[in-house]
Amino acid sequence: MVDLQVNLGTLSLKNPVTTASGCFGYGSEYTDFMDISRLGAVFTKAVTKENREGNPSPRMAETPSGMLNSVGLQNKGVDYFINRIYPTLQQYDTVFIANVSGSTLDEYVEVAEKINALPGIPAIELNISCPNVKKGGMVFGTNRKSASEVIKAVRKVYRKTLIVKLSPNVTSIPAFAKTAEDAGADAISLINTILAMAIDAEKRKPVLATVTGGLSGPAVKPVALRMVWEAYHTVKIPVIGIGGIRSASDAIEFMLAGATAIQIGTANFVEPAVSIKILEGIGEYLERHGFSSVQELIGNLEMPEGFERYRPKTF
Amino acid sequence: MVTGNQRLNKDCFILTLRSGDPLPAIFPGQFAELRLDHSGDTFLRRPISFYDVDREHQEMRLLIREVGAGTRQLGMLGPGDTLNIIYPLGHPFTLIDGKEFLLAAGGVGIAPMLLLGKTLKQAGKRPVFLFGARSKEQMFDLAEFEDLGEVYITTEDGSMGKKGMITDHPILEAGTFDGCYSCGPEPMMKAIAKIAARKEIFCEVSLENIMACGIGACLCCAQPTVHGMKMACVDGPVFNTKELLW
Repeated sequence: MVDLQVNLGTLSLKNPVTTASGCFGYGSEYTDFMDISRLGAVFTKAVTKENREGNPSPRMAETPSGMLNSVGLQNKGVDYFINRIYPTLQQYDTVFIANVSGSTLDEYVEVAEKINALPGIPAIELNISCPNVKKGGMVFGTNRKSASEVIKAVRKVYRKTLIVKLSPNVTSIPAFAKTAEDAGADAISLINTILAMAIDAEKRKPVLATVTGGLSGPAVKPVALRMVWEAYHTVKIPVIGIGGIRSASDAIEFMLAGATAIQIGTANFVEPAVSIKILEGIGEYLERHGFSSVQELIGNLEMPEGFERYRPKTF
Repeated sequence: MVTGNQRLNKDCFILTLRSGDPLPAIFPGQFAELRLDHSGDTFLRRPISFYDVDREHQEMRLLIREVGAGTRQLGMLGPGDTLNIIYPLGHPFTLIDGKEFLLAAGGVGIAPMLLLGKTLKQAGKRPVFLFGARSKEQMFDLAEFEDLGEVYITTEDGSMGKKGMITDHPILEAGTFDGCYSCGPEPMMKAIAKIAARKEIFCEVSLENIMACGIGACLCCAQPTVHGMKMACVDGPVFNTKELLW
């Protein structure tokens, strides 16, 4: 039996297979299809200070090997999360990590502080990378100064494991990975969706009501792999890989690039129980290759001869 | 497993599927999410409503219109092919007290009306069908509907039934309906909803919002309602028109 356990700072996960925020509801949506207690962790739909109705429809456009969404952080607010959602999570034997977002720095801090008080939530994922809101989200995550400010402010009030979810919509991933580490993050997760657009040529109109949205699915995987690899060689804190994972092989590729754990997002929409298939596939791979622990995969990439160790550019 | 693929016209076909497991309860207005396994770069499942359920033979029929690469691929399936589907999904049509009901549909919106018509008839009610299409070529054999009740047709070019839109048909005013059900293009459903509101009768519509997951996780198929934002996949696709912010 191989050891699947991994660590995100002081937080231990029973395996590296987790589901991405916004792609798995609060878990209960998937209990008809699988035993969610087998997951390493569930990252919840984003939680904000107040109720948010999200963006107008259409909010989704299918694109080659992927999809755009512009949901816009629809959720019922942090108090609803604490009073109505949180009590239902206790029945499952997995780690729930709340994805925290906001429009202002104060909102991030307030939500993080309230979730810090919940004994059953050992970590938050700070969402400074949502591309679908006018204020907050990606606005914080694409400017190093504001990213640093919001992470530091949350770090002051949040005592447990703080994961920062990075945006791919930046020139330098190493710069933002380092910014997050320096500001006090315990781990980073990447990538959030890539800012993108779809057009209906017949109607000569953008498909999404918000015109632009976030691209996810297999189409983004190679970009995400490169970014995870860059981040892994830049920071000492654990990296969580996200982007188009739909098979055990995809998940393993992210771990070889340097991810300690992985999140499955859009693939849940196509195959609700895909995460279990991936978990089982990782176990088979480890046995087939003679590894005793999944941690042996992290960054275990054989580089071409003569290739110097990747060094992040100065920033 | 696919047991039949019946071509109805240039664009529409009926897939007949048989499951190895006993069929669960399936109600009119519910849908299935069909996975496309060999369709190049399409990625998501396709939500398709139930046309008919045959409990005796453990079969389901789905009426599908080819609108893009995904549905074209489904159109090429034949007996013996297998299809991965998630079903039944969604909130079905509601049966209420009353005798006579109008089932108004346009285009592929006809799909959920057969099972609904059968269910109404079994409950001792009288379904009256009013179907619209662009032309005769877009319509198909409606014998199964004619067995259940009167069928009125409109086509935009007048090649079949009455010329015009279904909202122009005199049966809308002449009929004494206790309620109506509608599925089709949004302007048509809005017009039906307006008439129902004026006559103060019950009206439900089945929406075709673009969906991804079909199970309430992705929040893509949002529909504004008087009770806030609802999801067409789990709160719908059937909504009472009084709830919609139309």
